[in-house]
Amino acid sequence: MARRAQPLGLALPAGLAAAGAMLGLSLGTLAAVAWRAEGAATLGPADWAALRFTLTQALLSAALSVALAVPVARALARRQFPGRALLIALLGAPFILPVIVAVIGLLAVFGRSGLISQALAPLGLGPIDIYGLGGVVLAHVFFNLPLATRLILQGWLAIPAERFRLAASLGFSARDMARLLEWPMLRSVLPGAFLVIFLICMTSFAVALTLGGGPRATTVELAIYQAFRFEFDLGRAALLSLIQVALCAGAAALAFAVTVPGGFGAGLDRPLTRRDAGGTGLRLLDGLWIGLAALFLLVPLGMIVARGLTGILDLPPSVWQAAERSLAVALGSAALTLILALPMALAAVRLGGAPGAALQAAGLMTIAASPLVMGTGLFILLFPLADPVALALPLTALVNAAMSLPFALRALTPAVAEAEAAFGRLADSLGLRGTARLRLVLLPRLRRPIGFTLGLAAALSMGDLGVIALFADPDRATLPLQLYRLVAAYRMEAAAGAALLLLALSLGLFWIFDRGGRIHAQA
Amino acid sequence: MLRLERLEIRQGAFRLSADVTVEPGRIVALLGPSGAGKSTLLDAIAGFLPPTSGRVLWNGTDLGPLAPGARPLSMLFQDNNLFPHLTAAQNVGLGLRPDLRLSADQRGAVDAALARVGLEGLGARKPAELSGGQRGRVALARILLRGRPLMLLDEPFAALGPALKTEMLGLVRDLARETGATVLLVTHDPADARAIADETMLVADGIAHPPRPTAALLADPPAALRAYLG
Repeated sequence: MARRAQPLGLALPAGLAAAGAMLGLSLGTLAAVAWRAEGAATLGPADWAALRFTLTQALLSAALSVALAVPVARALARRQFPGRALLIALLGAPFILPVIVAVIGLLAVFGRSGLISQALAPLGLGPIDIYGLGGVVLAHVFFNLPLATRLILQGWLAIPAERFRLAASLGFSARDMARLLEWPMLRSVLPGAFLVIFLICMTSFAVALTLGGGPRATTVELAIYQAFRFEFDLGRAALLSLIQVALCAGAAALAFAVTVPGGFGAGLDRPLTRRDAGGTGLRLLDGLWIGLAALFLLVPLGMIVARGLTGILDLPPSVWQAAERSLAVALGSAALTLILALPMALAAVRLGGAPGAALQAAGLMTIAASPLVMGTGLFILLFPLADPVALALPLTALVNAAMSLPFALRALTPAVAEAEAAFGRLADSLGLRGTARLRLVLLPRLRRPIGFTLGLAAALSMGDLGVIALFADPDRATLPLQLYRLVAAYRMEAAAGAALLLLALSLGLFWIFDRGGRIHAQA
Repeated sequence: MLRLERLEIRQGAFRLSADVTVEPGRIVALLGPSGAGKSTLLDAIAGFLPPTSGRVLWNGTDLGPLAPGARPLSMLFQDNNLFPHLTAAQNVGLGLRPDLRLSADQRGAVDAALARVGLEGLGARKPAELSGGQRGRVALARILLRGRPLMLLDEPFAALGPALKTEMLGLVRDLARETGATVLLVTHDPADARAIADETMLVADGIAHPPRPTAALLADPPAALRAYLG
């Protein structure tokens, strides 16, 4: 129904300003980088190697994640067992797990002195070495297998139960079922899942920094960092940045062309009643897949807790100071995310139609942006005006907020639309507008998505090891950066303690905010 | 006096025209099949839907330029008449000040309004802790406090049982008589019209007909109404 446009006080201009700021941050920094890259040297062999490695590892990581996720998702879709809902919930956890923490957990299992190497030693088999391509892909699969599983599980549960009932009444075998019901679903879900993971792996920085490196295992993102940090070759960093942006834009364009499923929705714990999955062999196979996936995800986390408990008691003061700085950055970044996202969501709903979608797109653009490119661009822009190193922490909070914005918009915009649809007319008829409408109607209705947004943004920022690595000197290290330094110095005892601290802080921040949005929230 | 002056509403294939006057203080039922445009007509009067042509006048003043909240009317919707996160007293208080910064006197007025509709002492409850009928009473208390001279009711009690609905309609009639308010009540049930409406407007076949005394209209229904009543 056509409705009178009710101006929402400052929401529209504030939303447009926030969208403009995001465009400036993603496109403005890119322009700065391009301007700086002009006349830079052409790509050397090392740069081509980085480009090749980036594509290879991203392809391998995405292919392995998706291929392994299919049997795991199928097993989860057709089995019921105690702890199933918990396991599915845990599949969402890697999203807010700090990369550096996961890497330490993976090293504890797969590293030279990890569990597997220790188990192999009595057999006379040498310690395994995961640094390089293997380690990078391993870590990416660790992070993205759960995501792929959730995306594919969603596809499975989207097949109406009536179809399975009809298939059973027609006497379909498991193979008929796969050919006529499951394969068409997979064909529509897998390309999107593959591309999302490919995109994530291509911009991955912290994994390559910790497990890659060297001429044979350097990603473009890592090469930007090295050009910037070690050679201070801004021209080359800029050129590499442009390559990175072209890669991401290409993959993002592909991902948008193929419909990408949303993977963070609820309602995945509904078990499917299946009549074709009764055989003992199939049951064992499903159990095996679920067990292996659970071990792969849980053992590294368990190792962090087990090893960290001893180290956390005598952490060096530098770790505690870094933790304080990280908390400040995380809280600032969470507040900034909300300050940017809420007016954008309000304005997008207010505008509706194509203008609203365009406004949202401005906020979603950062999903394909590279934090290191943003950081490089900000450095180039700020260098003549101020000392970027002194601004390392605020800049980190800002870039982190930009990276959290797409998720914040996806949580807030539908909730704003729903609140307006249900209560907009009542509010209009009572003359509720401006800040009174925000305070009395919208904020109370949005408690849950606001809590989720703050929690997600704080946790992502808390664990982020990206743009901070570009700028920070030892006095301004965040906890993830400090942790990386401990690992690089082989101080594994302290690193394990700091990893547990970082894990607890990240999950704790998410839990507190998300919880805060839920309690006393009225239906 | 409410005057719908050559009002035309068009939405795609849907058309509704009205050229109607409602005398002040009357309770008028809008009766007709679903889809005929009863709620649409109310939306146009309330300011949620700009008419294609024609004017809505209250005592000679064109309401066209006024936002919904500024019009001399209060509206009860089919649902969502209360904010579920606010208490009954806060929901009523919105009728006095949309920013809820109430003085002690105003708080007293809220309590008095709640008492008038039979909800004394329940001001601290949230809508989820009230029954369907009590929620309707809270919304009526707010209308009472707003004191606007025109009440638009878009089948707000349709979800209630017959006895409760009759009770609520009785309360609407009593409040309207006390305050002298004019009431437009959308319904698809002729019993509602018989229960409280002085006059009834038939809305059918794209036309909102002028109101006629309810008893006479229902005793000798014109063809369109006969077709609807069956």
